[in-house]
Amino acid sequence: MKLSALHQSYLNRRRSPLDSSVDAPSKSFLAVFWLVLHCLCCLISLLLGFRFSRLVFFFLVSTPSSSNLYSPPFRPDLPPPRIDLTPSNATTAEVKTSSSRVVVGRHGILIRPWPHPDPVEVMKAHRIIERVQREQKAVFGAGGKGSRTVIAVTPTYVRTFQALHLNGVMHSLMLVPYDVVWIVVEAGGVSNETASIVAKSGVRVIHVGFDQRMPNTWEDRGKVEVLMRLRALRVVKEEKLDGVVMFADDSNMHSMEFFDEIQNVKWFGAVSVGILAHSGNAEEMVMSMDKRREMVDEVEERSSLPVQGPACNATDKLIGWHVFNTLPYAGKSAVYIDDVAAVLPQKLEWCGFVLNSRILWDEAESKPEWVKEFGLLNENEGVESPLSLLNDPSMVEPLGSCGRQVLLWWLRVEARADSKFPPGWVIDPPLEITVAAKRTPWPDVPPEPPTKKKDQMSLSQGNNNVVVIPKQQQQQQQQQQQRSSKVRKPKRRSKRNKHEAKPTDTTTQVSSSTKHHQERN
Amino acid sequence: MTNRSSLSAILLFLFFSASSAQHNVRTERISGSAGDVLEDNPVGKLKVYVYELPSKYNKKLLQKDPRCLTHMFAAEIFMHRFLLSSPVRTLNPDEADWFYAPIYPTCDLTPTGLPLPFKSPRMMRSAIQLISSNWPYWNKTEGADHFFVVPHDFGACFHYQVDLHMSLLDKIVEYSLSGDLYVKQEEKAIERGILPLLQRATLVQTFGQRNHVCLDQGSITIPPFAPPQKMHAHLIPPDVPRSIFVYFRGLFYDVNNDPEGGYYARGARAAVWENFKNNPLFDISTDHPTTYYEDMQRSIFCLCPLGWAPWSPRLVEAVVFGCIPVIIADDIVLPFADAIPWEEIGVFVAEKDVPELDTILTSIPTEVILRKQRLLANPSMKQAMLFPQPAQPGDAFHQILNGLARKLPHDASVYLKAGEKVLNWTAGPVGDLKPW
Repeated sequence: MKLSALHQSYLNRRRSPLDSSVDAPSKSFLAVFWLVLHCLCCLISLLLGFRFSRLVFFFLVSTPSSSNLYSPPFRPDLPPPRIDLTPSNATTAEVKTSSSRVVVGRHGILIRPWPHPDPVEVMKAHRIIERVQREQKAVFGAGGKGSRTVIAVTPTYVRTFQALHLNGVMHSLMLVPYDVVWIVVEAGGVSNETASIVAKSGVRVIHVGFDQRMPNTWEDRGKVEVLMRLRALRVVKEEKLDGVVMFADDSNMHSMEFFDEIQNVKWFGAVSVGILAHSGNAEEMVMSMDKRREMVDEVEERSSLPVQGPACNATDKLIGWHVFNTLPYAGKSAVYIDDVAAVLPQKLEWCGFVLNSRILWDEAESKPEWVKEFGLLNENEGVESPLSLLNDPSMVEPLGSCGRQVLLWWLRVEARADSKFPPGWVIDPPLEITVAAKRTPWPDVPPEPPTKKKDQMSLSQGNNNVVVIPKQQQQQQQQQQQRSSKVRKPKRRSKRNKHEAKPTDTTTQVSSSTKHHQERN
Repeated sequence: MTNRSSLSAILLFLFFSASSAQHNVRTERISGSAGDVLEDNPVGKLKVYVYELPSKYNKKLLQKDPRCLTHMFAAEIFMHRFLLSSPVRTLNPDEADWFYAPIYPTCDLTPTGLPLPFKSPRMMRSAIQLISSNWPYWNKTEGADHFFVVPHDFGACFHYQVDLHMSLLDKIVEYSLSGDLYVKQEEKAIERGILPLLQRATLVQTFGQRNHVCLDQGSITIPPFAPPQKMHAHLIPPDVPRSIFVYFRGLFYDVNNDPEGGYYARGARAAVWENFKNNPLFDISTDHPTTYYEDMQRSIFCLCPLGWAPWSPRLVEAVVFGCIPVIIADDIVLPFADAIPWEEIGVFVAEKDVPELDTILTSIPTEVILRKQRLLANPSMKQAMLFPQPAQPGDAFHQILNGLARKLPHDASVYLKAGEKVLNWTAGPVGDLKPW
């Protein structure tokens, strides 16, 4: 306290510097005393390595700290911050107003006992960030136009590759940053299998059944698909769904930019589609490529690129359509769904077109005149492409910088018509025969099967590949092998498993004799 | 007239309800305690007469040091230029409502660019003596219808670093007792108080702290100067997602002037550092990145803690870049507080609550955050914080004039009777009385 009193008197003195002559003798004594004290503190600090005077002052003057305040560990070069040491400094200054809450002077640095992030709060913050970003996207995204609902129309039917294709489309739709309504039209009626796949999507799904079964040839399949799509468009009309309608065929692949680009459509738009006409036979592909190179001096409209979409002139106006050149494949394209030849697209695939759903609505209030009334469309007259919905096909808007950007890819891959796959891709009942699968040259004891119903068959030859097949299918396969006339490829795709096969996982077909194994690859 | 205004109000309401029903409203109108006044046009509401002072008070200072045009206190210079060419200026002083004396008191910079208001009180005093002797208008009201722009740290409490009359011994002892001399600035400023001659004038200043000596009741608080072209050159597209939660760049400890901490920012900045340096949500550090403005546009919250003075240009930057300002300064008075409802736009955190800053910020409901962002997106809000060259409608110059216009008409008590004297011309430290 002596210190603060001296301090106070010193400050009082300082306020009237001109009067310093009055107490000159006492002043010089005091000054000398302070100088001596200062030098002493300096020397001690030199020895100890920190500012000794500060520490003394702190211990003399400090008030007890409140419980939830924490002093950082003692750092010799930086004495601990004081918790609350305002009194002496503040009172000597003339604070004119007494009601000020803010006090001038040295304040303590408040540190909480555990200055580390709290995980619950971190999660809350991330949720806030995510919400803000969503709002940003809604207000500023897509060129500031705001977001319209994407209405995806998918014709599908239950077959081996349905799970593969439908999951792909579903994942793309789940990633779309806008609202999505997914209209799934299923040939052969609504089935549990399709329903179980699309239920995982998390978007709004309208699952519609279509009474015809999907035919076996590509041409007929295309026609039925058109009817299914028109059925879906009727749903859009009846439910007055508002948004942009796009046709997501289940084996197509969409880029995310596609969904951003179609937000810009006013009434009817077209995008460029990459056509992947693939056949299972590599030699065939090479031959068709050669054929195409021979025809490279064809008319300009037939581009040699596998792209289908709008064609524009230099001023970005629509003048025509690029279509896929099917000439090299003449006569060699696939007819049946399981043919090995190349699968070709239609003249104009539906997936390359998008439309504003209001075109399909009943009231003709804001529809342009070049759009036909959808309700009066006669399906039996053969609707080939979406352009039949329009009176004037030249009013179509080309999207994706006038067709220069390929935003989605068309591909048709299907399994054999009679290929077997477990329904829902769940093997139930579990497979019955288990055999050890090893490549080791020494024989060993077959493993204990985990379930009781298994028969065991041990193959003690070293190089054998192994198979697990359910008993009832075994006989069927053997009959099939004898019957089949087409020799496309060896039917067995034997696997070389280096690890032991578990009882219920491999489903390779195999012939019982071991000789075939060596022929294979 | 009222019918039409109510009809237009109804139409406006319908329009806004329709547009907000769209769920994609970008901005919201701002109306403070004085009403929806940000877009008012001051022309026609007031007349300002600009005194012709000798150039030693303004132009010569600028010629000596052109850096005055770019530092935080450049508002005084730009205000002068704006008034010279503004339609509110009148050349007839008898019809003027407000009088302005163009002085640049903070245009006295150290080599490093910090202003030393060392001679400012004397300069002010000498200018006022000139005005009162050459024109009759000062004496009519003793300055009550005059306004001055004093943008320095503590406004019109011009303070200085070293007491001239201290001897060397005094300085040594003073240093050893208090840490050093700079930290006493605010206390000295408080000691001096507002320059006595400016007691009746309206002060346009950046400093604002409630119940503080240096804030006169009728002052107009303005934002500090931040260069508009520089900020607009760093704008990024608004759909870049905001991924930083809290952002701050600046000093936490002022090691040159306050080595032990506790004085600078009243310990608040140091508390922010000690509590949140390990927190991944807080992007705080002392470096000077070249992407400072871009980073602010990628943040949701920007800290605006006090420094040596409660205000900071970070507030202006945060508003321009759409980042919600988190103001950590007790009792601060923010710019144009009657025109802008700062409580709805920014987040106020008491200095003692700094250790709980993360809890406070994460517990704000998302709807409130989105609303604040919508208010910040209002272009008139951003415009009101800037001093663009040349002046544009709705900018800070116009807000100052609007504030002055709102104080009109002058109260009858402003006018003094003949011979009445209120100001004490000899008050204040002796050093101020020397001629400049």
